[in-house]
Amino acid sequence: MIADLLLVAAMLIVALASMLARQAFTAVALFIAYGLLLTLAWVRLAAVDVAMTEAAIGAGLSGVLLLGAVRRLATQASPPPEQPPGPAMTLLIALGCAALAAALGAVVLLLPNPAPSLAAPVAANLPATDLGNPVTGVLMSFRALDTLLESAVVLLAVVCVWALTPEGGWGGVPGAAQPVQRDGPLALLARALPPLGIVIAMHILWVGADAPGGKFQAAAILAAMWLLPWMAGLVTPPPIAARWLRWTIAIGPVVFIAIGLAGAVIEGAFLAYPPGWAKPLILIIEFILTASIAVALALLVIGTPDTAQRR
Amino acid sequence: MTLLVDAFTILAVLAGLVFFIAGTTGLLRFPDTASRLHALTKADHLGLGLIVLGLLPRAAGIDGALRLLAIWGLVLLSSAAVGPMIARLARLRRPGE
Amino acid sequence: MTSATLFGLAGAALVGIGLFGMLVRTDPLLRILCFNLLGGGVFLVFGAVARRGAGAGFGGDPVPQAIILTGLVVAFAATALAVALVLRLASAEDKR
Repeated sequence: MIADLLLVAAMLIVALASMLARQAFTAVALFIAYGLLLTLAWVRLAAVDVAMTEAAIGAGLSGVLLLGAVRRLATQASPPPEQPPGPAMTLLIALGCAALAAALGAVVLLLPNPAPSLAAPVAANLPATDLGNPVTGVLMSFRALDTLLESAVVLLAVVCVWALTPEGGWGGVPGAAQPVQRDGPLALLARALPPLGIVIAMHILWVGADAPGGKFQAAAILAAMWLLPWMAGLVTPPPIAARWLRWTIAIGPVVFIAIGLAGAVIEGAFLAYPPGWAKPLILIIEFILTASIAVALALLVIGTPDTAQRR
Repeated sequence: MTLLVDAFTILAVLAGLVFFIAGTTGLLRFPDTASRLHALTKADHLGLGLIVLGLLPRAAGIDGALRLLAIWGLVLLSSAAVGPMIARLARLRRPGE
Repeated sequence: MTSATLFGLAGAALVGIGLFGMLVRTDPLLRILCFNLLGGGVFLVFGAVARRGAGAGFGGDPVPQAIILTGLVVAFAATALAVALVLRLASAEDKR
């Protein structure tokens, strides 16, 4: 309990400091630290899959994204900043936010006792999927529609980021050009870490069937292993007009929808798995979706094509 | 026997914590970036190494022990790469530090 | 007070902090950051609900945990799009 209190206190202090920071870089650095503390909070709440995803995507990829944006904005002329609200308005906003937080806290304190739970139905139906990890079972079987829509959202985000290409840049190489580091510590990391990272990602993907892990964590690690050589300037991303790139991003949701439609035809419900075929189908979807989402997450961090660089 | 193992774990983790406290104190009290990095890498390498050493007897079989050691190895690799990068950046920003 | 309730209250506080930051800070990147703080707070409240639903041999109700996982990825996708918009707006200002 004391550990939980200390963790909550540290998390709130770091979040407050991040929100109040003067400089954007300080705010993002504190945000990454807050993300790691939130990871510990998830472990304390017995949600290890969520903890791994928060560390990989919430703290890791989001932090990299924001840091890169801070850096790029620092070198450009900033638009005229709007005026922050005056002291009276700030006080009003603070009171409103405090009231909202208090209302939410009251909701948390007034949650029904005994707590309603879907753990028993999940435990009863999990053996039909041959999976040991209940969260993976929920993601890939009981609420597979949510996972399908989530992969579609990631795909849509990539399309929208590409749609922001400036005039004449469509089809070019995404992201700002990174200075090439032939040797030095970053080049060492970019050469030594990716093979290890790929093995670790595959392990987390495979072990996610029976233990905490799964495809989103594995996809985030794979994306990071592509981003590292990109940041060292050792690898340039493919132009967004490349056919194979578009197919890699699209193949995940396409296969998922195809299996769903096949389930509708064979079993009578969208995304229903025929008995005995659940685990193989889930594994196929997971492997293909990992590749798709890894490439999509990396492209989301890399960003929009910058100038008209046609190949 | 378990008493001995538990005592070893507690001692090693406490020793690791001492290095972490030393590293944090160095981060807060040292005057310039290079010496702060020095303090932090000590905390990373020795502190985490001692904590991993202390947790090894409690790991789930040889599998878990290898994973703990792999985590320490990865932290060593990344801090060995990040330390010089930060030092180089600090020297570019403030030459003569 | 159980640890689940404690983390739920922390989530409520984070929602307040994040919302305040979104409304008061003027730098668009900092607003996106505060949006992420707000999202983290909402997920923590949901996580407290999941922890309270522990049973049948699991440490927490798996259905809210899976939904939080989905939400984390979707929040990252939204953040990436927001950052791309901010960068594009800034470069459009630059060329003016």
